[in-house]
Amino acid sequence: MSPVSAIWVAMRRDLVIAARRRSEILTVLFFFVVVVSLFPLGIGPEAALLRRIAPGVLWVAALLATMLGLPRMFTADHADGTLEQMILSPQPFAFLITGKILAHWLLCGAPLVLLAPLLGLQFDLDGPTLGVLVLALLLGTPLLSLIGAIGAALTLGLRGGGVLLALLVLPLFIPTLIFGAGAVEAYAAGLDAGGHLSLLGAMLVMALFFAPWVTTAALRISIE
Amino acid sequence: MLSVTDLACSRGERRLFSGLGLELSPGEWLQVGGANGCGKTTLLRTLVGLSPADAGSIRWQGQAVAQHRDEYHADLLYMGHASAIKDELTPLENLRLSLAVDGHVADDAELLGALSRMGLRGREQLPSRVLSAGQRRRVLNSRLLLRPAKLWVLDEPFNALDVQAVELLCSIVATHLQSGGMAILTSHQRIDLPNGKVLTL
Repeated sequence: MSPVSAIWVAMRRDLVIAARRRSEILTVLFFFVVVVSLFPLGIGPEAALLRRIAPGVLWVAALLATMLGLPRMFTADHADGTLEQMILSPQPFAFLITGKILAHWLLCGAPLVLLAPLLGLQFDLDGPTLGVLVLALLLGTPLLSLIGAIGAALTLGLRGGGVLLALLVLPLFIPTLIFGAGAVEAYAAGLDAGGHLSLLGAMLVMALFFAPWVTTAALRISIE
Repeated sequence: MLSVTDLACSRGERRLFSGLGLELSPGEWLQVGGANGCGKTTLLRTLVGLSPADAGSIRWQGQAVAQHRDEYHADLLYMGHASAIKDELTPLENLRLSLAVDGHVADDAELLGALSRMGLRGREQLPSRVLSAGQRRRVLNSRLLLRPAKLWVLDEPFNALDVQAVELLCSIVATHLQSGGMAILTSHQRIDLPNGKVLTL
């Protein structure tokens, strides 16, 4: 019974369940693809303008797509008593929750990272810029899942929780958005993206350490 | 041994019970009875540590539960109203995953054996959403056969079960008690098991 096995068990469990309920995940990915693709269609073939707005558009779309997947992180497990069983499990609750957050990122975050370079082509981004975009998203999307988990836990079981979740979580996403989009913009402007990426990495490490504990505290309150 | 002294709980403004004390030694079981809404489920949730108590102490093997949560949870098996069964998964997967969350690994032969003892032979691979309420309860109860725990806390375990399943569950609880286990359960029906205590709220 190690932390790794607790994380692994909870993660694999959510992945198996998601594999049976594919439509929810596909909705999130489809949303991301459609929202990003609407901008080039709406603005028209002005390459310079598209290149300029690309980082912001891709990041905002990733933010909203992650948001869309957040309510499903705990709702079903709360309704059917699985969370109670996790609290009462001899395995540490925080590690089980870390596994669930990881599963959420693998399902709703990692695919966005993989899709981003393809969608970036619509904005006439060149290869190296796309590389920075992918790197920034790779650091940023797990951060969004970790911060989002806190919001999802706090609004669990509330009526109209979805709207409240957005109001609660979107402001907390702002630093990630600024540094994530900033990294790509800086690189495209010929500056060094390292500073932005380092800050994203630092935020990720900090969230990885604190977010699961805060989430478990919020879940314990929701379950009382 | 589980000992509870001076326990008090309330739900919102309403005091459900106060000054409640009970002791349970190995081989003993407790039936919690009382009218609907009198706090049976709240008592059970407080005993396992899901809800906070207003006052009083709960001790397991002489140690306060709140401070020694992990040891207590390793010895504890709680089954509440909610079924904790995923519609998308088969009974076999449900059982395997619920054991895995508790840190127990069981091989397929053990899992299939437990399910067939519960009368679910031939239904192991169906999606759980097609099962009836009684069959879902049987899937849940099959955890009792595989997850080792000294103290069972069961909230309405006989709900939706047919006569044979009730007898089967009684015999499983009896075996558990004979081997030095303890059980606390809520039920509105009479249960024929030795060494029983009754608590009416």
